[in-house]
Amino acid sequence: MSPRPGFVLEVDRSTPPTLFWHGEGFRFERLPEGSRVVYPPEPLDGLRDPDASVRHALEHPIGDSAPLSALLRPGMRLTIAFDDVSLPLPPMRRPDVRQRVIEAVLDAAAAAGVDDVVLIAALALHRRMTDEELRHALGDRVFDAFAPHGLLLQHDAEDPEALVHLGMTAEGEDVEINRRAAESDLLVYVNINLSAMDGGHKSVATGLASYRSLRHHHNVRTLQRSRSLMDRHNSEMHSSNWRMGRLIRNAGVKIFQIETTLNLDMFPSQFNFLQKREWEWSLADRAGFHSTRMALERTPPRLARQIFQSMLSPYAPTSVQAGEVEAVHDVTLEHLHRQQLVSVEGQADILTMGLPYLCPYNVNSIMNPILVACLGLGYFFNLYRGKPLVREGGVCIMSHPTPWAFHPVHHPSYIDFFEQVLAETTDLVEIEKNYEEAFATDPWYVHLYRTSYAYHGVHPLYMWYWCAHALEHLGAVIIVGGDRAAVRRMGFKPASTLADALEMAEDVVGRSPTITHLHAPPLLVADVS
Amino acid sequence: MRALLVERLVHRFAAARMAAAVAGSGAGIAIGPLRLGEFDPPSLPGPRWHRVTPLLSGICGSDLAMLDGASSHFFEDVVTFPFVPGHEVVGVVTDGPDAGRRIVVEPVLSCVVRGIDPPCPSCAVGRTGACERIAFGHLRPGLQTGYCADTGGGWSDELVAHEAQLHLVPDEMRDEAAVMVEPAACAVHAALGGGVMPGERVVVLGSGTVGLCTLAALRRHTLPSALLSVAKYRVQRRFAEDFGADEVVAPSELGRAVRRMTGTLALASTAGAIERLAGGADVVFDCVGSARSIAEALEVVRPGGRIVLVGMPGVVRVDLAPLWQREIALIGAYAYGTEEVPEGSRRTFALAFELVVEAQLERLVSAHYPLERYEEAVRHAASAGRRGSVKVVFDLRREDPGWRRPAASAASKRRVPRGDKGLETSA
Repeated sequence: MSPRPGFVLEVDRSTPPTLFWHGEGFRFERLPEGSRVVYPPEPLDGLRDPDASVRHALEHPIGDSAPLSALLRPGMRLTIAFDDVSLPLPPMRRPDVRQRVIEAVLDAAAAAGVDDVVLIAALALHRRMTDEELRHALGDRVFDAFAPHGLLLQHDAEDPEALVHLGMTAEGEDVEINRRAAESDLLVYVNINLSAMDGGHKSVATGLASYRSLRHHHNVRTLQRSRSLMDRHNSEMHSSNWRMGRLIRNAGVKIFQIETTLNLDMFPSQFNFLQKREWEWSLADRAGFHSTRMALERTPPRLARQIFQSMLSPYAPTSVQAGEVEAVHDVTLEHLHRQQLVSVEGQADILTMGLPYLCPYNVNSIMNPILVACLGLGYFFNLYRGKPLVREGGVCIMSHPTPWAFHPVHHPSYIDFFEQVLAETTDLVEIEKNYEEAFATDPWYVHLYRTSYAYHGVHPLYMWYWCAHALEHLGAVIIVGGDRAAVRRMGFKPASTLADALEMAEDVVGRSPTITHLHAPPLLVADVS
Repeated sequence: MRALLVERLVHRFAAARMAAAVAGSGAGIAIGPLRLGEFDPPSLPGPRWHRVTPLLSGICGSDLAMLDGASSHFFEDVVTFPFVPGHEVVGVVTDGPDAGRRIVVEPVLSCVVRGIDPPCPSCAVGRTGACERIAFGHLRPGLQTGYCADTGGGWSDELVAHEAQLHLVPDEMRDEAAVMVEPAACAVHAALGGGVMPGERVVVLGSGTVGLCTLAALRRHTLPSALLSVAKYRVQRRFAEDFGADEVVAPSELGRAVRRMTGTLALASTAGAIERLAGGADVVFDCVGSARSIAEALEVVRPGGRIVLVGMPGVVRVDLAPLWQREIALIGAYAYGTEEVPEGSRRTFALAFELVVEAQLERLVSAHYPLERYEEAVRHAASAGRRGSVKVVFDLRREDPGWRRPAASAASKRRVPRGDKGLETSA
């Protein structure tokens, strides 16, 4: 039986309560009659032989590109860059798709006699990966062959010696990327396209760039004009990356892009209920849900976090394509849309969503309040094509505990941003104008980013900017079940229950509002007409 | 006269100390050394002395420390029992040519006040707060009015003060403003004593009366490039912002805030956490005076920086290794005298009057109590920030119907110890 597509349910009297993610836990909420629930499609079947598909993609490139084997020659400099720990979410079971692809690329390089090979984790301004995380992503064989010899690098956006300025776009955007990558005879980029936002020219132009370059598209104005981040043709952030990517290409950097897509089989079997529609839950699913919920209610938050963070996804690759960046990415988007796109008619007054424990920036870490905002308003709000799921001036209700808690190693500048800047103002433009430079150039943050496992100093501001489109669009943001002080610090309204939140929302959108619930994850992209 | 009197009753000091240690400052007020009663007014010690009827008299942090039995033994030789506390006083002169006029008392009992001539070297140059004769002259030992058995204090219906201690209050100034002059003078002296140079980065720890007044004084008399205030409670935060702090942070945010303000690096066993700073602020004003606040000051001041102790410390246990290794100067700031300002030498109290008006410090007076409700008043003062208040004062202007003078019976008479003069009976 082929997987069923996504589905929009209209809630009626017989509809069972709806599952809401709530950080490291869940809420079971009864939505008002007439509400709509947008469910993701069922997982597509994975590739039958992923390794064969990888080899096939390398030798049958898309667009204006020769097969990988034809691009390899003895004496050349080969750099393989790969997506970092922020993808996929949750981390996938071994073998990670990056391992499959990189092993195949390395086999081809070895066959061609290439011996100057360096691997680079494309961190941009993200934290460095631990050895364990690198080993998980690349596999033991690759890690052990490269790491001990200093050939497994992590992009350092603050090392002037390791960066090269390639020029400026017609729009005046600096393009400064990793020197080794830029000066290699061939740069192979290995991508995991979990969402439509990833990949394409964004891979190199963002993943291997410096702050000097990134600030041109990671800013309030650009992100307000990115409608949405999942729709690259209507995203100013992507347009900027595409301009930069073309400049990189025209500067002579030869890129062989490899993009992979995954199905929506996100959660292990004991969490099967997370991938099913509530009225289709089996007895085992119901038992699984209730026992999990009860156990989590009795579990200290720290332990619950550890349990969830250790969860590995059984994702299966659904496609691999390689070759010229833009041609590859177009095909990737087709595969992504086939898995994730759900047609939705019209916008609602209120958008509800349950936020899970994980976003791209808290893998093996704490989901701090800024990341809660970013996940809800930066990512989930943007899971649309066409129009947002909620009308302009509408209300977004998010469910998450939003603890006033931070990981001091991973997010040191987040603490300062939250405790000091957001105490002064939540205004995006004011923050960008008055604080960005100080956070971006602070020597302590730079030191921690380069030597420890800290996100770059400016990263919390970027995550706040990520909410720019949503904050401009929405009339109010309400967080259910969150730490009230933390929620208020961000300028949002706290509510104890969904019923309270809906009542508060009526003050903004009027009585008898229309409601749409985004039933994710698993991820979906709403194609709103 | 009605007065609150502190007697040298060791067991009561011990009880207050224990109660404060267990239940917090002010908890031992009912079992401590303070007693309300009817006593003889103090005698005039000399010809240039006057009688003063207090109108308002503040409760200071040093008063609370004394009532909690937490004052340093250092003060034992410069205090005489029994004494009437109260050194933040606005009152009315009741005799002499200025009778009926309102005055603020400058409480330091310096050489001139004690009839010592020639004055000590400190008083000779106007540094009356550093007087070397506070246990000598025709008064018994006492560093200030409010700590001397011969002068009385503000927590009463009457005290005596030397004419050199009296500052006339302008007619347009309210009593609530005038009662803030003494703490403002302490703040002005501290702010100027810190030697803040233009462009320096300054931290003020504590946002009680002393901290807020110091903040206002720093804003008026110095030109720091950044002025960071640490405030625990909402009311303090609001005032700190009003008085010109560039940034107001909670105590738990201090290290991070100073690190960010100065752009320095931080040290900790866990990367990203902060245990102490590599650099830090140029000057830290400690307006708390506890072991913890001194340690915090040492954590956030730069090598070669200054820490000004404004809040009264007691016996504290502090690791001075950073002070030694980083060559930090620890400076005391007590009372007032004469200050050097751009326009020349000026009395600290004159500058304080100006500060009170400019910063509208009367706003800090949050609660008035009659003497009879002294237990409540002291408890309120001890938890002022938590209760949304800053300065608590005794209001001697009121006729409290609840107060009745005790009958002049044997039972109601109090025997007041008079030190080496033996016991005298007051009615």
